[in-house]
Amino acid sequence: MTATVPKCTLVIEREMPHPPEKIWRALTESSLIDEWLMKNDFKLAVGHRFQFRATPVPNWSGVIDCEVLVVEPNSRLAYSWGTLRMGTVVTWTLTPTPGGTHFRMEQSGFPSEDGPNYKGAKYGWRNSIDNLERLIGGMN
Amino acid sequence: MQAITDNVFRALADPTRRAIFERLARDGEQTVHALTYRAGVSQPAVSKHLGVLKRARLVRFRHEGRETHYSAQPQALAPLAEWMSMYGAFWRDKFDRLENLLNSKTF
Repeated sequence: MTATVPKCTLVIEREMPHPPEKIWRALTESSLIDEWLMKNDFKLAVGHRFQFRATPVPNWSGVIDCEVLVVEPNSRLAYSWGTLRMGTVVTWTLTPTPGGTHFRMEQSGFPSEDGPNYKGAKYGWRNSIDNLERLIGGMN
Repeated sequence: MQAITDNVFRALADPTRRAIFERLARDGEQTVHALTYRAGVSQPAVSKHLGVLKRARLVRFRHEGRETHYSAQPQALAPLAEWMSMYGAFWRDKFDRLENLLNSKTF
């Protein structure tokens, strides 16, 4: 039996054959973020509040409210990520390797009362991913 | 089912409730009195928190004499695990797109 409520922590790591400087740009330039993640009004400044906007689906506005928390050029970036009643923090860490970069993403947090548009996390989120994939498929 | 998921998220959003649930999960069944003694809040407050946890099916209770005994139901944490797996799929998809972007562009 687990003794604690799991602090939801999700870690994804990949080795990428690209220098940290290049990946950093993809993580921090609004138009590039738009190409792989979501539409956004991100600015590289601690304290900047911004939003990611996915395609709205029933029960989910598609809006994610964020604030830049950590900026360490070419090595670490963190922002809060509030939607679907989970207040979490997303942290990106870039470590140079002989072949390129070790790329790590961690998303962690507890359930929270965030996300005023929340109605049905499961349904909304699944559909959002489906919609995004359709959208991406349509663009190619 | 959706209402239960919603209740689980709401119940665990509060740090005092989280602490009560963790105490029950770690130390096993306890009375409201025992929980109150350690929670640092009044007994009515503890009872109210337990009510929220009960609606989320995170705890269950039984009466014995004049005492009510509460115990944790960790299987009710399943929505959190589902949340993790949803985000896992989401990020892996995004990582693939990021790699494609990095491979296809010189910037």
